[in-house]
Amino acid sequence: MNITKTLDAKGLACPMPIVKTKKAIDSINSGEVLEVLVTDKGALNDIPAWAKSGGHTVLEHKTEEDVLYFYIQKA
Amino acid sequence: MTVNKWTAANVARRVIDNEELFILDVRNADAFADWKIEGHKFEYLNIPYFELLDGVEEILPKIPTDKDVLVVCAKEGSSVMVAEMLSEEGREVGYLEGGMKSWSSYLEPIKVADLNNGGELYQFVRLGKGCLSYMVISEGEAAIIDAVRFTDVFTSFAKEKGVEIKHVFDTHLHADHISGGRHIAAETGATYYLPPKDASEVVFDYTALTDGLNVKIGSSQIDVNALYSPGHTIGSTSFVIDNQFLLTGDILFIDSIGRPDLAGLAEDWVGDLRETLYTRYRELAEDLVVLPAHFMIIDELNEDGTVARRLGDLFKDNHGLNIEDEAEFRSTVTDNLPPQPNAYEQIRQVNMGKISPDNDEQTEMEIGPNRCAVR
Repeated sequence: MNITKTLDAKGLACPMPIVKTKKAIDSINSGEVLEVLVTDKGALNDIPAWAKSGGHTVLEHKTEEDVLYFYIQKA
Repeated sequence: MTVNKWTAANVARRVIDNEELFILDVRNADAFADWKIEGHKFEYLNIPYFELLDGVEEILPKIPTDKDVLVVCAKEGSSVMVAEMLSEEGREVGYLEGGMKSWSSYLEPIKVADLNNGGELYQFVRLGKGCLSYMVISEGEAAIIDAVRFTDVFTSFAKEKGVEIKHVFDTHLHADHISGGRHIAAETGATYYLPPKDASEVVFDYTALTDGLNVKIGSSQIDVNALYSPGHTIGSTSFVIDNQFLLTGDILFIDSIGRPDLAGLAEDWVGDLRETLYTRYRELAEDLVVLPAHFMIIDELNEDGTVARRLGDLFKDNHGLNIEDEAEFRSTVTDNLPPQPNAYEQIRQVNMGKISPDNDEQTEMEIGPNRCAVR
């Protein structure tokens, strides 16, 4: 996977992880991949739901030591 | 326009007083469908906050201007953001302090009855989770039944009433919420009782709650009598208080009956459940007022906010008490059961003392609706 940009949203509480993810997605091109690191557990449901509503694709998601990683391909 | 901060207590008042409220719930659709703030006269709009990042203009026509509007999310942050956006558009709205987390935790104490010689019986209604706890007060002493984990609510209430907590009971080993029972007992020096048949795996000391156990509260000797009533769990025990009230735990609710499967033994316990509901309870006085440990839907609340109904009325109206055919009963309570409560296996471990999660983890485990019943 070719990561275009990484967003570190660790330690931020809802809604900031999504607000920042949206801004970061707006700054990359269609087809490019954004990596998001987040610790707020709400993101587990909210990031996929947000991505779906915008037509973006969550290519992969994993959890390592309480950090959630999302790889989102822009629509 | 100002953004008003509402507490869970403010919202609870609206529910109990049957008042109107428009709730804009900005959690995602799954969370909203699973569990929300229920009110008799509440209206709802569910739009996830992440669909409103570019502005709220599109939803303005759907937000009423002639009633109070409360924005709700999981923990508070997103509801503040959306409330501020609405405020900038000239709308006066509020947000729920602490979000659904605080709603899940809030307890409203309501007096059920005055007992002899100044005694009192209180029901603590946890509206967000459907849990009901009880406190019997009589002349300087108190007993608590099925306390939820917010122990300070009970200890502060006892202090306010000038009573000493002497006895703390759990009707069974709970699977849907974390008990505060043994912690209250440890803090106050009260005796903590648990049915031994539910306690084979617990790792702390307790006093056995067995059939026929009788304790008397205060000098007016308010009677608290234990009645073995298995079926939801093998140890489930009911209480008859002052010969007037029947505390049924999770065996019998207002509009439903207990489920036998949360400890994994539905097939084994369905016979006990039948025996309790169709034989043991039938032998009791019909004028006893049933006080369960849960409610499932807001319609089970009486006008004063309590959850209570005459046993005789339940024999007539509760579907679960009116399944004549034993095979049909068996199938009703073992097949097609509703989903199990969130994290119920972990919650049982906590209540056995096997794991000790921190407060945030406990909150997370208890998120979601109550699911202890079969309708």
